[in-house]
Amino acid sequence: MSNRIDVKKTYKLFINGAFPRTESGRTYEVKNAKGVFIANPCLASRKDLKEAVVAARAAQPGWNKATAYNKGQILYRLAEMLEGRRAQFVEEIVTVTGVSKAKAEKEVTDSVDRLVWYAGWTDKIPSLSGALNPVAGPYYNFTIPESMGVIAAIAPETPSLLGLIDSIAPIIVGGNTVVVLASTKAPLSAMSFAEVIATSDVPAGVINILTGKKDEITPWMASHMDIDGLDISGLGAKKHVDVKTSGTENLKRIYSFKSADPGRILAFMENKTVWHPIGL
Amino acid sequence: MNFYGLVDGTEASLKKYMGSLSGVDQVGADARAAMLGTRSIKTTSKRWAIDTAISMVDLTTLEGADTPGKVKALCTKAVRPDPTDLSVPSVGAVCVYNDMVEIARTHLDLIGGKHVGVAAVSTAFPSGRASMAVKIQDTKDAIEAGASEIDMVIDRGAFLSGRYIEVFDEIVKIREVCGTKAHLKVIFETGELVTYDNVRKASFLAMAAGADFIKTSTGKVAPAATAPVVLVMLEAVRDFYAMTQVRIGVKPAGGIRNTKDAIKQLVLVNETAGPEWLKPSLFRIGASALLNDLLMQRMKMDDGYYASPQYVTID
Repeated sequence: MSNRIDVKKTYKLFINGAFPRTESGRTYEVKNAKGVFIANPCLASRKDLKEAVVAARAAQPGWNKATAYNKGQILYRLAEMLEGRRAQFVEEIVTVTGVSKAKAEKEVTDSVDRLVWYAGWTDKIPSLSGALNPVAGPYYNFTIPESMGVIAAIAPETPSLLGLIDSIAPIIVGGNTVVVLASTKAPLSAMSFAEVIATSDVPAGVINILTGKKDEITPWMASHMDIDGLDISGLGAKKHVDVKTSGTENLKRIYSFKSADPGRILAFMENKTVWHPIGL
Repeated sequence: MNFYGLVDGTEASLKKYMGSLSGVDQVGADARAAMLGTRSIKTTSKRWAIDTAISMVDLTTLEGADTPGKVKALCTKAVRPDPTDLSVPSVGAVCVYNDMVEIARTHLDLIGGKHVGVAAVSTAFPSGRASMAVKIQDTKDAIEAGASEIDMVIDRGAFLSGRYIEVFDEIVKIREVCGTKAHLKVIFETGELVTYDNVRKASFLAMAAGADFIKTSTGKVAPAATAPVVLVMLEAVRDFYAMTQVRIGVKPAGGIRNTKDAIKQLVLVNETAGPEWLKPSLFRIGASALLNDLLMQRMKMDDGYYASPQYVTID
């Protein structure tokens, strides 16, 4: 059947559990390594960021209240869904970046494993990082890590899927909600990952994904008063100073990471200390 | 009472008056309201619109769980919505239940808020299901306690059954109680009136009976102040002005939660009734959450970056 018309996919944003087009109506061209046109994803505007932050803020108390067990289950579910669609992700990575099929398959496998690894951390972080502090009085004195709020993240350009997962998972493990800007050159896996999120019991607004230009969106993320932290792992080192300067105005925590480790989870958590009388 | 010469107070004259009203083109009203909602507002106008909207807000708390402390906090916010920025205007009035009127009035006077009125929801708000004697006493209580504006509800049951004269007499009686001491706002609860025709009829009925303001809703029923309903009411006050040379105010209430909605309302006013209505004495917005969003948008315009709800009060 050669006369069948292609069904092309429209790559849209992922905000509050829905797939809206950018409010601005803008798109940009994604080309593969050889310069062949592949897709027209959305070029997100600052208003899209604003909408995403409103959604993330509204979703945060509910997600924070979910039990560690429940959060772990949902993250594991993400891994399950991703596993089930690995062929699509492998194909997209190969098409856009031009890497070998074996290399793309390794990235998808690593991504699934990474999600499972983060899922395991949800109920371990409080016990491993929290403490029972010795105090000179009839009190128990606990320190417990708690969520920070709404965190924004700039995902690295490559690896486009694994990097995205490292930008999202540690933030939500800690009970935060996230607004992430996906890889500009290879946004296809991010938008397909949004479909994985939509079918994985992740409450609407907990993860929001934008596609667009870093130079446009990052300053708005840094200066936004309602974003509590910013992961700039995907931003070139030269831009770090500017972002940190505009972030100090609102006391935003700004970090960048090189690898996946539990410190990434703790970076966007705040310690709370509680005094509890022992009784006589 | 001469009721602007439109009716003489008898049922026969009221029936004739109500019968003379034209119907509302529902599809046209929906389309016009939707079209006006797409107007883009430029930055300089937006700044003016935000300040104007703030000065038009009837800052409202109508909960069974209201306490004197909450009402006082609301009054403080009404006088100075943003304590860190003195250029923010005070709101139009605070809107509370009857028993809170005295607390609100005393506290407003105490903190330099004499210019902020107190509106009381009266006549067995929100259902309006009480005897006339109770409704009159309810209104008297509120005025004695210092209310300068009375928000009364109409008997929707009587209105929908076509017993217009009952509704008319009720408004006339409450109008008499208000006298010159208080402005009278008549609440239709448009969410229960079913059609735009009814909204237009209720508007003309209330205006002839002596309302100073016509108000969409109690805030307890959804849908409340939808754009087409406000449009129909604004057209009614415009037409009433053409008939009588008297300007009646409009107060949408309920469901207007953010700056965008508020600015859309101002566009509706300007394009329908006209710019004369763009002042707090002729247009009010009944709201509670709206004020915080207006303040956040104002901060964003001043500072150049998005504000956070953490920097405005939790009501």
